[in-house]
Amino acid sequence: MDNHKLTLLNRIKESDIYFSFIKSPTAIISTVILVIIFFCSFFVELVTPYNPFDPSSLSLMEAFTPPSWTEGGLSKFILGTDGQGRDMLSTILYGSRISLIVGFSAVIFALILGVGLGLSAGYFGGKYEMIIMRLTDVQLTVPSILMALLVDGIARGIISREMHDEMAIYVLIFAIGISEWPQFARVSRAATLVEKNKDYVSASTIIGVSNIIIMFKHILPNIMRPVLVIGTIGLALAIIAEATLSFLGVGVPPTTPSLGTLIRLGNDFLFSGEWWITFFPAMFLVLLAFSINLLGDWMRDTLNPKLN
Amino acid sequence: MSFLKINNLSVNYEMRRETVHAAKEVNITVEKGEILGLVGESGSGKSTVGNAIINLIDEPGKVSSGSIIVDGVNIYENPENILKLRGKKIGLIFQDPQTSLNPILTIGEQLIETIQTHLKLTKEDAKHKAINLLKEVGIKDAEIRFNNYPHQFSGGMRQRVVISLALCCEPELLIADEPTTALDVSIQSQILDLIKRLTKERNLAVILITHDMGVISETTNRVAVMKNGDLVEIGPTKEILTNPKEIYTKALVSSVPPTNKKINRFKIIEKENKTQSETNIKILNRWTKKEIIDQDLVKVKNLSKTFDDNFFTESSKNSVMAVNDVSFNIKEGESFGLVGESGSGKSTIAKMIVNLYSPSAGDIDFDNVCITKIKNNKEMMKFRKQIQMIFQDPYSSLNGRLKVKDIVSEPIKLHNPSISSKDIDNYIYDLLESVELTQQSAERYPHEFSGGQRQRISIARALATQPRLLVCDEPTSALDVSIQAQILNLLKDLQEQLNLTILFISHDLPVVRQMCDRIAVLKNGKLCEISKTEELFKNPSHNYTKELLTLMPKIETIYN
Repeated sequence: MDNHKLTLLNRIKESDIYFSFIKSPTAIISTVILVIIFFCSFFVELVTPYNPFDPSSLSLMEAFTPPSWTEGGLSKFILGTDGQGRDMLSTILYGSRISLIVGFSAVIFALILGVGLGLSAGYFGGKYEMIIMRLTDVQLTVPSILMALLVDGIARGIISREMHDEMAIYVLIFAIGISEWPQFARVSRAATLVEKNKDYVSASTIIGVSNIIIMFKHILPNIMRPVLVIGTIGLALAIIAEATLSFLGVGVPPTTPSLGTLIRLGNDFLFSGEWWITFFPAMFLVLLAFSINLLGDWMRDTLNPKLN
Repeated sequence: MSFLKINNLSVNYEMRRETVHAAKEVNITVEKGEILGLVGESGSGKSTVGNAIINLIDEPGKVSSGSIIVDGVNIYENPENILKLRGKKIGLIFQDPQTSLNPILTIGEQLIETIQTHLKLTKEDAKHKAINLLKEVGIKDAEIRFNNYPHQFSGGMRQRVVISLALCCEPELLIADEPTTALDVSIQSQILDLIKRLTKERNLAVILITHDMGVISETTNRVAVMKNGDLVEIGPTKEILTNPKEIYTKALVSSVPPTNKKINRFKIIEKENKTQSETNIKILNRWTKKEIIDQDLVKVKNLSKTFDDNFFTESSKNSVMAVNDVSFNIKEGESFGLVGESGSGKSTIAKMIVNLYSPSAGDIDFDNVCITKIKNNKEMMKFRKQIQMIFQDPYSSLNGRLKVKDIVSEPIKLHNPSISSKDIDNYIYDLLESVELTQQSAERYPHEFSGGQRQRISIARALATQPRLLVCDEPTSALDVSIQAQILNLLKDLQEQLNLTILFISHDLPVVRQMCDRIAVLKNGKLCEISKTEELFKNPSHNYTKELLTLMPKIETIYN
């Protein structure tokens, strides 16, 4: 009780979450992998010597170089090159940056929309709640990839051809975000229903605190645990959704390829023996999504008050 | 040789940061035909001892030393010994009858299953035995009830079924862990009578674990007092309660609210030794004190509340009348008690007075203004400020994500928007010191405090708006008796010095007797009677009140 004047670092070290973290090898390994991936993706200019999107640095002579450890491989291209002579490793890291940006933005968009609607639905109840929750029910009957395709298609119709490449990434974020919000709405509504019947909410009402402040100052921090857990799993889903859409050719344009675009481009060469062009981006995607899911699993177990 | 002998029992829980000694070198013996009460406050280790006897200590707890000998067999010598004893020689009754029965099996199936596991009987014989057991524990029409599911029984009846399950295999030792805590007073006395009768008829050895001194004094032959894992004192109940030797036992006995008289303040023994003065109510300097005028501050007129539980069906069919035509007045400056068992509608009335629910019919006047019909938010704020509430559960009534100072400052800022931040800090410190908390508490989070301290924070928050009416909804029923005594003393001090009017809601008659000037008794949403406290306890006019008064466990019975 006397050590409440701890520094932030000490408070983290004392916390139960840190304790459970260092006890879980899965959580540590997946976090290490994710930190490496995030660092390499966001500081890709520092990590790689090549810029695959600078046409002057590319040489078509070096196209289709296999990985360095196979026959005909060059030591300067560890994972080989693609059909335009771009270094695969650099291209993958540049691509994963796009994927991560799209994934994070889409999840944040879905989280704000879903939590906002779910929290207010749970708090106010009545007809408003019924409308919102039936809306999520309806949307959950449509596969989310279909939903995203639909939004993308509509956007294509509205936005002019010249603007399209520029706007593609925003359309993608919006499309994925829209297809994921019902999960957040459901979880935050359920959590709100539990919280709003607790006495601290009644106490604030009796004091005269307004509904908006009760919702955001009092209830919101108390429902963030489950929301963060599905947010993590949602991130993996969003990255996969982005890859799927890009693979189908409705995602980001090939000039700024994401992981999905790379897999699609490499897919054309798969049957002519150049397997590495699609294999490495695909494996990278698997590693990324798998690590996020493992971390999400650990978070669900740790943050779930029922299991403690 | 005693039937049950506990020798130097120690139980440790090895936690991440420390080892908790839940029981330290406990020595207890129980003879056949007697009821031993095991009493203590939460965390005293009384349940740990009970669980150790049947080897049901949860991980990471371990029996570190000592032995338990039941009828000459040492339980911890051989792990198989307990399997032979548990359920057979030792029967168990748990606190919550809702969860100790399997809801998808009929009680008959559960009884037969238990009987056949331990005794070699045919199904017919087992059924015959089960029905006899049900009759023995006082279940009417046992042959028919035999095929019912647990949800078809009331709480008290379900606890009788649990007892019959415990008796299935003719146990000789019965361990009852808080068997009546989840039940209303009227049912509690029936269950305790049943346990007493069975002890005599079957010559059982019974360990009754409870926190309720009234139950102890009415039921047990001997009592063991525990504190923080230590056995403080053990002896005949009468001797321990009337002439306790240890200071802790004295403190415990003196903080139990007496049922036969009204006392001014509870004696807090630990405090007496430190010769501490009366609470310094610092907040008094800021308080714009209102003189008590001889008027009715609250007038409740023909109040009713119905809860409709279904959207689609006609409301009249499925509605529950929680409050039915209740009228009473609360005078300015008095403590008014609202008493009733669970489901009597007392909390619903409180929530209507603080305007959390709106009544289905009837009005509530506060200071001669009808507050149930105010629609305007600004108008309402004037009354929000004057009526505050303290809740039952100290754990859910504080937002765990906020620091204590943020919890207490919220009402201050809301009702004095112009206050400077330095003034707020001083205001918070004054409030915290008025409820006997330190200034340092302001920087901490609620989870760092105990239940009693949390309840003090709750009181500080309620006082921050300088209310005239304080609604206390079972403010101490989640607390231990010694803490309860402190909180009740605090409430009395605050009321006297700040001229507060208090609406005190409780199911606990002795507590209400100590706190209130007038008392209203509720049953199933209807008002039975209102009278002055002493009048009510001496000459109850309503039959229900009489029943409640005779049934409540009285610690004084031991003196007769």
